[in-house]
Parts: sequence; structure tokens; C-alpha cells
Amino acid sequence: MNIIYFVVQNSFLFIVPLMIVALGGMFSERSGVINIALEGIMIIGAFFGIFFIRLFSGTMPDQVLIIVAMLVSITMGVIYSLFHAYASINMKANQTISGTALNLFAAAFTIYTAKVLVGAKQIDFKNTFRIAKVPLLGDIPVIGDFFFKNTYLFTYIGLALLLLSSYVLFKTRFGLRLRACGEHPQAADAAGINVTRMRYAGVMISGALAGLGGLVLIVPITTNFSGDVLGYGFLALAVLIFGQWKPSNIFFAAVFFGVTSTISNVASIIPFLAVLKLPSAVYKILPYLATLVVLTFTSKKSAAPKAAGEPYDQGKR
Amino acid sequence: MKNLSKNKAVINGSASVLSILIGFGFSFLVLLISNAPYSFVGLTTLLLGGFNGGMQGIGNVLYTAGPIILTGLAVGFAFKTGLFNIGATGQFIIGAFTAVYVGVRWTFLPVEIHWVVALLAAFIAGGLWALIPGILKAYRNVNEVISSIIMNYIGLYLVNYMIKITIFDPTKNQALMPTRAYLPVYGLDKIFTNSSINVGFFIAVLMAIIAYIILEKTTFGYELKACGFNRFAAEYAGINSKRNIWLSMVISGCFAGLAGGVMYLAGSARYFEIIDLLLQYPEGFTGISVALLGLSNPIGIIFAGIFIGYIKIGGFYLQWYPIMPEIVDLMVAVIIYLSALSFFFRAKIVYVLRKFEAKK
Repeated sequence: MNIIYFVVQNSFLFIVPLMIVALGGMFSERSGVINIALEGIMIIGAFFGIFFIRLFSGTMPDQVLIIVAMLVSITMGVIYSLFHAYASINMKANQTISGTALNLFAAAFTIYTAKVLVGAKQIDFKNTFRIAKVPLLGDIPVIGDFFFKNTYLFTYIGLALLLLSSYVLFKTRFGLRLRACGEHPQAADAAGINVTRMRYAGVMISGALAGLGGLVLIVPITTNFSGDVLGYGFLALAVLIFGQWKPSNIFFAAVFFGVTSTISNVASIIPFLAVLKLPSAVYKILPYLATLVVLTFTSKKSAAPKAAGEPYDQGKR
Repeated sequence: MKNLSKNKAVINGSASVLSILIGFGFSFLVLLISNAPYSFVGLTTLLLGGFNGGMQGIGNVLYTAGPIILTGLAVGFAFKTGLFNIGATGQFIIGAFTAVYVGVRWTFLPVEIHWVVALLAAFIAGGLWALIPGILKAYRNVNEVISSIIMNYIGLYLVNYMIKITIFDPTKNQALMPTRAYLPVYGLDKIFTNSSINVGFFIAVLMAIIAYIILEKTTFGYELKACGFNRFAAEYAGINSKRNIWLSMVISGCFAGLAGGVMYLAGSARYFEIIDLLLQYPEGFTGISVALLGLSNPIGIIFAGIFIGYIKIGGFYLQWYPIMPEIVDLMVAVIIYLSALSFFFRAKIVYVLRKFEAKK
């Protein structure tokens, strides 16, 4: 039983950031802008959030500090995503190229700045944010062990964001308009929707969530940030597509990816998997292979927003 | 010379030059803010690039340029067919591993042709790795960006595992080196003394010329480009667009795989480290920068590769001063971002040229 608790608690460390970032990517792509820069935005978000934690560690209560740090990450993520929005919406640039440039820049920027400010590539920080046991809820048998012990505030924020995203996307006027811009921007424009503004909103939401996701990923798993987020931005893209651009499916996709990557780390201590003696590479490759298979069988009638990746051209109305 | 504003090469070229100049300006600004006392010497070192080290520096520029010209060709060739091969990294890794494996294990080969076979194996392996996203794109309409990102990670994990079970040397805790299959130097080290130069750069240039001939002088190349401009129009004109799409990916993958071979079949190369991190193989991503700067033109890619190699070596010499070499990566990123905006730049350049011509 303890091993199962351990795997579940650990899986959340991967599930939550993957889900948050994939939800961010969903808002951007639903508005019609492919955001391959998620990785770079995560790096920027993590960098500023972690740097903030390093500076203000001990000056305020831990859980307050992490909330403020999250706000810092979100803000910087939004600001950084504006570069992508400007290039791909105003300048009608190739969105993949702009995203690639932002990924390159983020990695170089964090390492350069860290070396100037800290004197080393790694930014050390103190992780004082683990919640050993949530009061009351942690005492519930089984459920308490699964969900309310050895956890972080992030887990609950992530779940709240999942519900909120689903609500915003499908139950509000804003969500309907956003989706219209991603499916058929000419029609949306003709109906009086400001496509530019909606697409900016989509990209900025993706910036906010990816920035947050960077911090959420880094804080629990290490005590020094060295300018990369381990490819989780790209992984989140895979989660987004595996989840077919829908919040509920994104959640399950994130669970699948999170659990398999946890298992790849700890397969040798799980009794029934240890018997199989499979190399850990199998578990690492599994989620990617599964995504590829899903893509192969769904792409003909893909659920992807129809206009994603295309700059909006008013002349095509 | 009369109609400059209608000369595509002039406009595209000046857009690239403008991006590069702004890139240099940006890095100077960063230096001014972060490291003011060294900003001028930093800028001159950056501008002098490979020349800082004399013949050794120039040799190292060519050595660095070899693999990234090849990955640049990989990305650029696919671009011409309207495909974005972000999977050059994965194909590079597969090619590198195959080359090293053949170099270490196939000792039954005569030593003279060992390196040729190893390179050939890398070439083929890279192509096969790119075949998967190619087929998926052609027959199942799977977005090649996503499938090749996925293939990058599968390649990384697979190669890390294969290294461990085939060519790992546990006593040294690193992969065995393919000493028997190193690329020949042909006396180049006499000209570029103390540099790491080998025949790799010249292989890259040869490949660029071959790519140029395929694209510009053959029917097949014409068909590839037609598919890039408009897949459906090409189909309507009787071109088999499906076959062209996967073939273009395969050729692209061959270049990237070859790049891996060229990079790792050298005594000065990195040895394989078993870390689950794509960034330890930056050449694949640098290929995107090279292709964009070279405007996907094989000849342009040769110069773009030399340029990136030149400033990377410049970054190396920055370490003479208390300046971080990452400034080079910052600069490249800015240049790429600007080249994404090149549509805007080109329009501006045409505008300025027209005004200029009207005055005359």
C-alpha cells in the first residue's frame, strides 16, 4: 500500500504541471495560434518565480511566499508570451519559427542572467513548501493518504484551473468567441468579434499558465534551477494533442503521462513491475508511442482547431 | 542593377543582413547593461568571431560549421517541400549513435573504408528515423511538427538505452570512442594548426551542392517544391504529393543523420553521455537557425552555417574576458525572431528601395 501511495503522490508532481501547461496551450490553439514556445515560457516563468523565492525566502510565511511567486511567474509568462502574440498576430509571422526563437531565447537568457546575477548557471533555492498533511482532510483513511499528504498547494490550484478552464471554454461568451476565432476567424470577424483581441487573449492565457507551470514543475523536484524545464513544454504539447484539445481529455492524458514517467523512475521498487525486468526506457518511451498511435488514428478527422497556425487574413472573408 | 526592388536575392539577403546587424546591436546592449566595462571589447570579440584565434580559430569555425550546415540542410530541404522538420535533433541522435556503433563494433571492415561505412550507416539511419513522421504526414495527415518532436524523445531514450547495452564502457563510465573510424584530416591540421578541423566541413559543402542540384536542376526537385507551394495544386498537376512528402522527409533525415556521424566520428568530439536531455545535442536545433538564416537555400545554408560557427567560436574567445558565452545564443535567438518577422522587413526594404529608385 505504501508504494501505491508513494507512486500516486509522486505522479502529481508531473501530472499537475503537464496539465496546467497543456491547458495553456489549449487556449492559444483554440484561438488559432500554435504556441510551440510553451517550453520557453515555462523556463521564463520558472526563472523569475524561483529567483523571487530565493530573494524573499524567510521574509513571509511559506505558503504566502509561494502564492506571490506564482503571481510573479504568471506575470512574466504573460509578458514573454506577448512577443509571440505580436509576431504571430500583428506581423503574421510563421508561428513555428517565432515559437522556436522564443524557446532559444529563454534558455540562453536564463543561463546568461543567472551567471551575471548569481555567478553560476544554477539558482539554488530552499523548498519549504511541501505540505506534509492537510489538516482534517489528511486524516481521512485512504483518500487522505492519496490526495492530502506529502502534497503541494499546486495540486489543488491545478485542479481548480482545470474546472475553471472547462467552464470558461464551454460555458461563457468569451470561450465561444475564442473557439470561433480558432475554427473560422473570417466568420467570427463577420459576426463582429475582434479576432486580434481574442487571439491576444488566447496567447496571453497560455503565457500565464505556461509561466505558472514552469514554477510548479521545478519547485518540488529539485533545489536548483539550471535554465531548463526538461522538455516538459514539448511534452505538454503532446498531452494537449493526446487530449484532443478538450480539458477533460487533457486531464486524463496528463495522468497517463505523469503516471508512466513516475513509474519509469521507480519501476524497480514496484513488486509486480520489477518481476518483468523491463528497462526503464520502455516506460519512458511508452507515453510518446501512445501519443503517436493516437495521432495516427485520429488525424484524418482531427479535433484540432481548423485555423490554428494560420495568420488571420481579412481579405479571405 | 536597375530594378533592385524586384530582385528577390537582394531583398532576402538584405533582410538577413539587417537581422544580423540588429542581433549584434542587441548583444551590445545586453553587454552594456550587464557588463559595461567590457562591452566594447566584448563587441569587437564577437565581431571578430573565429578570427580571434588566427588559423586555429578559422579551422575551428569550419569544424563547427560542418555538422550544423548538414542539420541546416535537413531543415531547409524539408522547408522547401513545406514541411517543418523540427525532428532533425532526433535524426541527428540516431545517426550519431549508428555511426559510433559501426565505428566501435564493425572492426572486421578494412580500416581505410571504416569511416565511410560508418557515415553511410548514419546517413541511412537518419533517413529511416525521418521516414516515420514522413509516412504519417503523407498517408495519415499527422502534423509533422508534433510527430517529429515525439520522435526526438523516443530517439533520445532509445539511444540512451542502446548505448548502455552495446557500446558502454563501465570502467570509464562513458561510451567507447570509435577510434578506428575517425574522419580523415588529409593534412588540414598542417594549415589550420592546433584546430580540430577534419574532412567533415567539405562533406557538408558537397551535400549542400547535391541538395542544390536536386532542388534546382531536376524534375524531382521541381515536384518537391511544387508540393511545398501548394500540395493540392501539385496533386492536380499530376504530381504524386504523398510520395514526395515522405521522400522529402527521408532526404532531410539523411542529412541530419549524416550530421550526427560527422559530429561524433572525431577525436575532438564529445563522448556520449547517458542523460535524458535533448539539449546535449544542440546541433539539431541550431539547424533550424541555420536554415532560417540561409533562407532554406542550400548555398545560403553553407554561409549561414559558417556564420553561426563563426560567432560560436567568437563566443568561445569571449571567455578571455569575464563575459558569458551564452550571449551568442541570445544573439542567435534574436536574429531568428527577427527572421520570423522577415515578411515585414522585406516589405520595408522594398518600400525603401522603390523610394530610392523613384528619386533617380
